[in-house]
Amino acid sequence: MDDVVIGLEVHVQLNRLRTKLFCSCPLNYHQSPPNTHVCPVCLGMPGAMPVINKEAVKAAVKVAMALNAEIQPFTVFDRKNYFYPDLPKGFQISQYDRPLALGGYVTIELDGQEKRIQLKRVHMEEDPGKLSYKGSITTAKYSLIDYNRSGAPLLEIVTEPVMNSPKEARLFLNKLRMILEYLEVFDGDLEGAMRVDANISIRGSGRVEIKNISSFKGVEKALSYEIMRQKNLLQRGRSVVRETRHFDEARNITVSLRSKEEEQDYRYFPEPDLVPVLTEEIVREVEGTLPEMPEEKRERLKRQYGIGDNFAKVLILDVKMADYFEEVAKLVDPKLAASWIVDVLRGELNYRDWSFAKCWEVFKPEEFAKLLKYFEEDRITEKGVVEVIRTKLDEGGEIDAIIQKKGLFAIPKEEIIKFCKEAIEENPKAVEDYLSGKRQALNFLVGQVMKKTRGRADPADTAKLIEEMLS
Amino acid sequence: MRIAEWKEKVESQGCYDAVSEMLERIEKSRLNAYITVCKDEALKMAEKYDRGELKGRLAGIPVAVKDNISTKGILTTCASKMLSNYRPVFDAHVVEKLKQEGAIIIGKANMDEFAMGTTTETSYFGVVRNPHDEARVAGGSSGGSGAVIAADEAVLSLGSDTGGSIRCPASFCGVYGLKPTYGLVSRYGLIPYANSLEQIGPMADSIEDLALLLEVIAGKDTRDSTNAGREFRFEPEDRKLRVGIIAEMGGNDDVMKRFNEAVEVIREKHEVGEVSMPSFKYALAAYYIIAMSEASSNLARYDGVRYGFALEKLDSWRRYFSKVRAEGFGDEVKRRIMLGSYALSAGYYGKYYLKAQKVRTLVIRDFKKAFEEYDVLISPTMPALPFKIGELADPLTMYKADVNTVPVNLAGLPALSVPVGMVKGLPVGLQVIGNYFSENTLLNFGKWVGERFGEGD
Repeated sequence: MDDVVIGLEVHVQLNRLRTKLFCSCPLNYHQSPPNTHVCPVCLGMPGAMPVINKEAVKAAVKVAMALNAEIQPFTVFDRKNYFYPDLPKGFQISQYDRPLALGGYVTIELDGQEKRIQLKRVHMEEDPGKLSYKGSITTAKYSLIDYNRSGAPLLEIVTEPVMNSPKEARLFLNKLRMILEYLEVFDGDLEGAMRVDANISIRGSGRVEIKNISSFKGVEKALSYEIMRQKNLLQRGRSVVRETRHFDEARNITVSLRSKEEEQDYRYFPEPDLVPVLTEEIVREVEGTLPEMPEEKRERLKRQYGIGDNFAKVLILDVKMADYFEEVAKLVDPKLAASWIVDVLRGELNYRDWSFAKCWEVFKPEEFAKLLKYFEEDRITEKGVVEVIRTKLDEGGEIDAIIQKKGLFAIPKEEIIKFCKEAIEENPKAVEDYLSGKRQALNFLVGQVMKKTRGRADPADTAKLIEEMLS
Repeated sequence: MRIAEWKEKVESQGCYDAVSEMLERIEKSRLNAYITVCKDEALKMAEKYDRGELKGRLAGIPVAVKDNISTKGILTTCASKMLSNYRPVFDAHVVEKLKQEGAIIIGKANMDEFAMGTTTETSYFGVVRNPHDEARVAGGSSGGSGAVIAADEAVLSLGSDTGGSIRCPASFCGVYGLKPTYGLVSRYGLIPYANSLEQIGPMADSIEDLALLLEVIAGKDTRDSTNAGREFRFEPEDRKLRVGIIAEMGGNDDVMKRFNEAVEVIREKHEVGEVSMPSFKYALAAYYIIAMSEASSNLARYDGVRYGFALEKLDSWRRYFSKVRAEGFGDEVKRRIMLGSYALSAGYYGKYYLKAQKVRTLVIRDFKKAFEEYDVLISPTMPALPFKIGELADPLTMYKADVNTVPVNLAGLPALSVPVGMVKGLPVGLQVIGNYFSENTLLNFGKWVGERFGEGD
């Protein structure tokens, strides 16, 4: 598929900061009624002036560092002028010819091979407000505007056109999200956290830009659709027009927005109400405070806990999962912890569409460790552990109580031996049959033990015990 | 009227009576210097003063505020139909300062629409007449702020100066006006026309009064990122200065006659020379390109949706806001938005905006060189006497009237207009330009010059 060329512009909301980019309105608006996190600055009232949020610059510098980009010593904010109802000033404060950082790369693993996705630039800008509609966009008589989001700090991360498939774009975005979450500047689960513009062309043909794809999954779908559309055109001997398209998420298709001739002229010029930002001191401040990044963590987990790379590489995919693992590994055998978290817990969470962040609240690592401890001590079967996990996630409650209620505590071995002896004594006919070579008779005897233990014995172990006794 | 005179009046008849008298004068006035008169609020404050409850360095003193400076709950129209019903939800930094010092805000002064003009003729609320000759303009864009001082319709006033908008009306009305160093006074709450050029500044009938108002409004404000965080204190200074006459700045015969007389007076004490500023021939063009570019962007927010002028009939957003802007803005504002948008557009940016910024650098360089030799630079503030109303029908002629004032804004320097007497019954102003943050030197020099010509009228 390397006749396909893809470049991405990723808009990332630094949504874990406390306040907006140019005013002190709190950023935690996601649960709030519309237009409650606003002030004269983010409403663009005449005479109000922007003041740069230093924490936002710091966070942006952190990201640029983690993306291996070259941070510019002198960076300038510009006005991007265009009319849109969600833009209260009639311009967006963004960056143009002096962005925060140039270059950089993100490494992804593509079909078992490492590939560097080269970046063009990283710059800061403010989020516009948000339009919403009573009912659906097509039937609503008017648009409503919520300015809670207006002025939220965004980073725009622009890649070179170096990706060759929708899958590669998805891998890049996953990795980018992972890095941002490691830096604790970003929560990918919040609405509007990441929005993507994708540029795509089939080599030699017109470049098409797909605007404002608002979900991770959307990017792969939009690109796949677009490749199909463009290849169809080319096969029929038609050319691909250079244009901007919009991804219709509901219908899973892209639709034309405007042609090259209708491209907007943003009339960029330096924002006169802000002074250039000198980054040298901020870089010095941030250096050394960067948290452990995914690849470093992968190596450390292997080294420190003696777990295999197959586990380590999965654990680091979500920093909260890795943290969860480390908490559990303090209390039980790390290898056991890794395998249960990666092979079982992760799947159960995915099935429920839960994050590890949420799991952390419901199923504390100490409790999970306690459960694994029971398993280590043979006090609960593998099947029992899975059942406790499911119950815990679905219904909550103390794990001891769950085990009691469901009768999942494994029966001590001595007791099973006792029940086996009883079963042998009480069923001489079956013993005789077994000894004469009838395998089903063994199943019957195991069944008797299961009955006596109300299913708490492990069938395989029990069979083995009876066989030993009768040999 | 000077503060000292006002205080005498208050002493003898009480603040309430003195303010009432002033309000009556404003009501009867034909000057049209105010857009909004804060009658009830002013009288309430005067009563408060009389009860001894109003404290501060400006306690009980009526101050007019230009109508592009935000006053919480009080109409702030920018002399535009677009904002004719707009009441800000916050006070500008300078208004907070006035209130802290006990000033009585007596009204909002008339001006050119969005400060775009040199004669206050672009005001949606009509022209401000010159107190010395009602057939003539009071200057602009802070025409109201200048006229109220000359006509005793306020004791002090605030104007804003983007390309001469304080100095021009000061000159035309025969009062003192100062455009401070860029960054000395916070612009927070000043409704922007051209952010990189403008400053709020004081207007008054004497240097002492001007200085006091500057002391109050100057200082640190973290809400304006371009604020220098510096205080101002007026201290007497009596030294012989090196005074440079700017060769490129002149005026017509009437103006030059008066200017040359002023120079002769200055020579009595100071050392006078002439200095040439080669970059100035491009300054006017550069100024207008930068100002209009910034304006085109600043004024994009007025769409009649959240505040300001609105239409009854709703329509699609795009059509609605186009109509609002077509009806809400006057011709001069539209002209500047169009020219500014053009100068910033792709393919023209380098030819206009960027080139203008380069001229700006050259202007700064010329000034810097001049200040190596001179302490202050002088010129006529305006190249002509106050224009007759309607005289400057052609926009380009109006732009050219700013030729002596705009280089100062390009460089961000402080400049003062000092009244130096009358020609044909009309005032003439002397412009005194100083180095960055040299306001104290400027004001002391201005005081010395002013005293030699008698004050204002």
